[in-house]
Amino acid sequence: MAETHLAPRHIPDRLEGRGARLLRSWESLLFVVACLIFLGNSLASPYFLDPWNLSDATFNFTEKAMIAFAMALVIISGEIDLSVASIIALASTAMGYAVQLGFDTPALVAIGLSVGLICGAVNGLLITGLGLPSIVVTIGTMSLFRGLSFIILGDQAFTGYPGSFSWFGQGYVWWVFSFEFTLFVILAIVYGIVLHKTNFGRAVYAIGNNQTAALFSGIRVARIKFILFLLTGLMAGLASICLTSRLGSTRPSIALGWELEVVTMVVLGGVNILGGSGTIPGVVLAALIMGMVTFGFGLLNVPGIVMSIFIGLLLISVIALPILWRRARRRLAH
Amino acid sequence: MAKFLKNRELLLVGAIAVLLALITWRFPPFVAPANLARVYNDTSILIILALGQMAVILTRCIDLSMAANLALSGMVAAMLNAAFPGLPIPLIMLAAIALGALLGMINGALVWKLDIPPIVVTLGTLTIYRGLIFLLTDGKWINAHQMSDAFKALPRDALFGFPVLSWLSLVMIGLVFLLMNRTALGRAFYAVGGNPHAAVYTGIDVGRTRFSAYCLSGALAGLSGYLWVSRYAVAYVDIAAGFELDIIAACVIGGISIAGGIGTVAGAVLGALFLGVIKNALPVINISPFAQMAISGTVIIIAVAVNARAERRKGRVILRKAEAV
Repeated sequence: MAETHLAPRHIPDRLEGRGARLLRSWESLLFVVACLIFLGNSLASPYFLDPWNLSDATFNFTEKAMIAFAMALVIISGEIDLSVASIIALASTAMGYAVQLGFDTPALVAIGLSVGLICGAVNGLLITGLGLPSIVVTIGTMSLFRGLSFIILGDQAFTGYPGSFSWFGQGYVWWVFSFEFTLFVILAIVYGIVLHKTNFGRAVYAIGNNQTAALFSGIRVARIKFILFLLTGLMAGLASICLTSRLGSTRPSIALGWELEVVTMVVLGGVNILGGSGTIPGVVLAALIMGMVTFGFGLLNVPGIVMSIFIGLLLISVIALPILWRRARRRLAH
Repeated sequence: MAKFLKNRELLLVGAIAVLLALITWRFPPFVAPANLARVYNDTSILIILALGQMAVILTRCIDLSMAANLALSGMVAAMLNAAFPGLPIPLIMLAAIALGALLGMINGALVWKLDIPPIVVTLGTLTIYRGLIFLLTDGKWINAHQMSDAFKALPRDALFGFPVLSWLSLVMIGLVFLLMNRTALGRAFYAVGGNPHAAVYTGIDVGRTRFSAYCLSGALAGLSGYLWVSRYAVAYVDIAAGFELDIIAACVIGGISIAGGIGTVAGAVLGALFLGVIKNALPVINISPFAQMAISGTVIIIAVAVNARAERRKGRVILRKAEAV
């Protein structure tokens, strides 16, 4: 899309030091923004700075962030998965159906995770096996997966989840640290290590930057992409378990529109939507920012749809501002 | 036979014929001419929207905000009518089209001037436009009794035995066909999508062409906004929610390549009709309407697989010829 006009490339005489690069990075900007929002929230509402309140606030983003980690890898590799919210719906429906058949918590968890894996495998097979564009395939499976839950549920709802199942969405590991938040922290560390410290992570960047070159340098492109879609499906299944457990019921419209929020989170975290760059710390900060903003708006009684306007504006401006900034700097340099 | 299989439009006509034959087997009255005309009328809005989406997809972009644009323009049209019942309907229609075009221009300008990927732009404006309806109305509905009779009657009025809505969609098909095949702008859509670099060297402004495509899709969404609101005689925040997927599905089924540059007006129309026939047939052959979402999902996946195969084969043939020479 941006390839149509070529800008001359300026090669600096001396590379910036590590510290200077860190200071000028997208992540440090996000960090400052997060601190400002935290400060603003605690000034705007006297109820914000309470450990239990803050713990409640984390539920706004933990489930979405789990998916965002895997989605970040998918987007870095140059693909996209718009079907994640529908996978949540289908996995939740499957678990609800299993409850009606009398299955207990361990089986429900297994079912939720395996439905996620199967959906991810369907996406992965269509995209890597048949070589189809991921955006259309996942728009199709987005309809298909949620459509299946509509067929099973219609306008009904599944309730009656066993008491022990509610721990995943409502339980606490230690003091104010909920199971979901603990899982979020663990997953952030795991994904951070996988993306930034392993060969697999380097391969993901390589594929996103130049797929052909990656293939010729011996990276198994199709296999890695398949694993990434499998991983996204698994994370959607995990998020489905947490969300279903937290709500205690399943409707086919569960998690409607979450794909947008997950993609926004990833892009806000500094991941290039065209692939090739982005970091996990960025996504973590973006998750915190989005969670705190929606929670702060909630404390101020702002309706949900107005928050979604804000998220839409955030998504566009977050991408537009660096472009405008770069342009302004180039103009000044000339 | 091979040539027949390569012609996407004929293939689609065949698929629709097979579909109709299957439905007739279960429910013969479905293919009565009057009922088919009703199915066409019911699909008219989808056809108009698919034409706009087609122009955008041809230029290698995508417009996910069409349904939200439709809802906002439709709501403004309904509010104009409710506030000034005396306002002539053509004026309201023009206002809806103009607002739709303006919303399209915002998309286009962001893609053109800021080089933001189209999917991000329209994902963002999708939520913004729909949120604006809420800000505008405070979540209230505009119901049938608040609309003037003329406002509600226009799409339903019969002209030569068919509703105005059907005629309007036919006029739009004709206009977009002329635009695509007989004007420089139409050919530029194909050129930009087929090969942006080559388009630049032939003197086409890629960004401006994309901007024009978004204006077109926006204007058509605005027109559809008025048609939707007046046909269903109600306007609220969530009208046509999720319809953007149906529009893209119609295009993909119609053989319009998501990679840009490939697709015809006939394909977009047939793709929309294919979905329209399924949607109208499900209730009469006793399949739950809840199944429709899963069916359109499956059809999208099959269609994109068929498209990809057709495009790939074409590439190979050209290479072989070049080697032979």
